[in-house]
Amino acid sequence: MLQYMLKRLGVAVLVALTVSLITFSMIYLSGDPAIALAGESATEEDISNIRKFYGYDRPIIIQYLDWLWRALQGDFGQSHYLKSSVAGVIFERLPTTMLLGACAISFALILSIPLGVLAAIRPNSLIDRFALTIAVIGQAMPSFWFALTLMLWFGITWRLLPITGSSSWANFVMPAIALGYYVTPGVMRLTRAGMLEVLASDYIRTARAKGLRPMPVLFKHALRNAILPVVSLAAVQFGFMLGGSIVIETIFAINGLGFLAWESIQRADLPVMQAIVLVLSVFYIALTFLSDMLNAFLDPRIRVR
Amino acid sequence: MVERILEVERLSVDIQVPAGTLRAVQGINFHVDRGETLCIVGESGCGKSITALSLMNLLPSSATRTADKLELDGREIQNFDERQMADLRGDRLAMIFQEPMTSLNPAYTIGNQLEEAMLRHRNVSRSEARDRAVFLLEKVGITGARGRLKQYPHQLSGGLRQRVMIAMSLMCGPDLIIADEPTTALDVTIQAQILHLLADLQREFNMSLILITHDLGIVARVADRVAVMYAGEFVETGTADQVFNRPSHPYTQGLLNCIPIPGKTKRGAHLGAIPGIVPSLIGEMHGCHFASRCQFVQDDCLKGKIAFREATKGGHQYRCILSSAESARNLKKANAA
Ligand SMILES: Nc1ncnc2c1ncn2[C@@H]1O[C@H](COP(=O)(O)OP(=O)(O)OP(=O)(O)O)[C@@H](O)[C@H]1O
Ligand code: SF4
Ligand SMILES: [Mg+2]
Repeated sequence: MLQYMLKRLGVAVLVALTVSLITFSMIYLSGDPAIALAGESATEEDISNIRKFYGYDRPIIIQYLDWLWRALQGDFGQSHYLKSSVAGVIFERLPTTMLLGACAISFALILSIPLGVLAAIRPNSLIDRFALTIAVIGQAMPSFWFALTLMLWFGITWRLLPITGSSSWANFVMPAIALGYYVTPGVMRLTRAGMLEVLASDYIRTARAKGLRPMPVLFKHALRNAILPVVSLAAVQFGFMLGGSIVIETIFAINGLGFLAWESIQRADLPVMQAIVLVLSVFYIALTFLSDMLNAFLDPRIRVR
Repeated sequence: MVERILEVERLSVDIQVPAGTLRAVQGINFHVDRGETLCIVGESGCGKSITALSLMNLLPSSATRTADKLELDGREIQNFDERQMADLRGDRLAMIFQEPMTSLNPAYTIGNQLEEAMLRHRNVSRSEARDRAVFLLEKVGITGARGRLKQYPHQLSGGLRQRVMIAMSLMCGPDLIIADEPTTALDVTIQAQILHLLADLQREFNMSLILITHDLGIVARVADRVAVMYAGEFVETGTADQVFNRPSHPYTQGLLNCIPIPGKTKRGAHLGAIPGIVPSLIGEMHGCHFASRCQFVQDDCLKGKIAFREATKGGHQYRCILSSAESARNLKKANAA
């Protein structure tokens, strides 16, 4: 188990380093950063001053290492626009996005796992078809469109929920649904497929041959095994959702990281964008690592050798 | 005074398949007394597993079971609902399956899975159930039983897993154990160990055993009574002595010619496999099911349902139009050849 953990951890660190390198190169993606910073009316001298001031004149590898070293200490530099530290802005916005993500994934799991289980118990039944319909709609519908539809009905037509802002829990209902709904089809189909396979397995027959009642058979013996791939998928989807939060937060004007990313793109605030990409990526990598650990914990074939 | 544990009359199982109705079991009769071993033998696909599952009421949902009588411990269980059946399963009636590698849940320790079988039916504490599990693991020949409780199925070999399955079936001291080809998936050397173990435990706990197999060598050693099954029907039933000394149905005679006899069968000699293939079980069948492979087939064999005849006094029966004198003559000829 320890060996497995270390191996996974090693992979995670390597991936994180690669991502950091890519994120760093973002500065040079849009041309010379010093020229971009200096603005249109700047002279050659201004540009070279800026280059010196920000350290863009050093060899790139040194710049990267320096940037990485600071980033590791939580120092992402100054925002070009907000005139405050990037780390400060990010950690102010991060909790909102995490809260939204947690609400969305909870909504998705609470909806999709029971539906997947029910669909597997009675394949081709009414409930199975209902679940399939939800999945198809979820896969086909763009999330921004779904978000706008929710807004129209619940916010404007029926006036049940606030349309924008992030001041109260009610503000999170629609964004969480819009964001989570997108994850639902995958998780539900995987739960259904996993349950169908497990329910047909020999050890379920053994459990029934022992005289176990339907509930223990279903939850103790079947779900425990069917849920393994779902855990991995949910972790991956949670990561994707944080990316998707850029759209949803912008639509609902939720003051989170996604909204900040949108604002920073408009202001060409590179250090902030860089830091957001890095933070979200590292978070995603950490999630994948955690899901591997959780899987190992749930599956004794990995945990005990 | 014999105590009748199981009494089955005209048990049939139909399975709905895309091509029609597959008549997997077609009106079989048998009974099992306390402490007795009934062996059901027959080729692959003749309906042995379906018979076993129908007794447990664990048939696939596409299957329907009918019977005139299905009595366990003198109680008719045909109309038992799922709840009542679940109360019987694992308690009075236990089953051991063909596939030890996949019959245990990979997510739980064997201790957990053993204890569960008892906690479900008996009002005992977990530690009492654990003691029973250790006792039975030792009984089935597993060393270091207490330590094994914490192991997961993937840490055990196939032979050990099947021993665990046997221990699990014994947790509540059932009246009847149904073992469906419990050793087919195991190494040849381990097969004999497991079967002897089952036979010993059956005697020690005075249980009844239905042992399903297509290995006649095993049947000869452990069976009290034998039922030979062919294409959904029993074609010959009797005590092990009767069936082995005087096989009367052409199919049984053919099967027995298949077993290599030490000293008699030359090494590498072609075993007398019965030529031909098993008929399809889908749809109605007329006449003798074995007709397409029988060397004695006559016009009368193809008409109506063939009745059982008595081969020897005392319950030795076979389903064939040949008289017992004719069948005895055929047997002599086959043995001489
Ligand atoms: N779930 C099922 N759906 C459709 N047909 C089935 C099903 N299970 C079994 N059958 C059919 O029922 C018949 C009897 O099958 P059964 O499994 O009882 O054979 P068996 O005697 O146990 O054979 P084996 O020695 O190979 O285990 C076969 O023709 C088989 O194809
Ligand atoms: S009834 Fe006819 S076909 Fe069937 S086993 Fe007897 S002789 Fe052969
Ligand atoms: Mg079988």
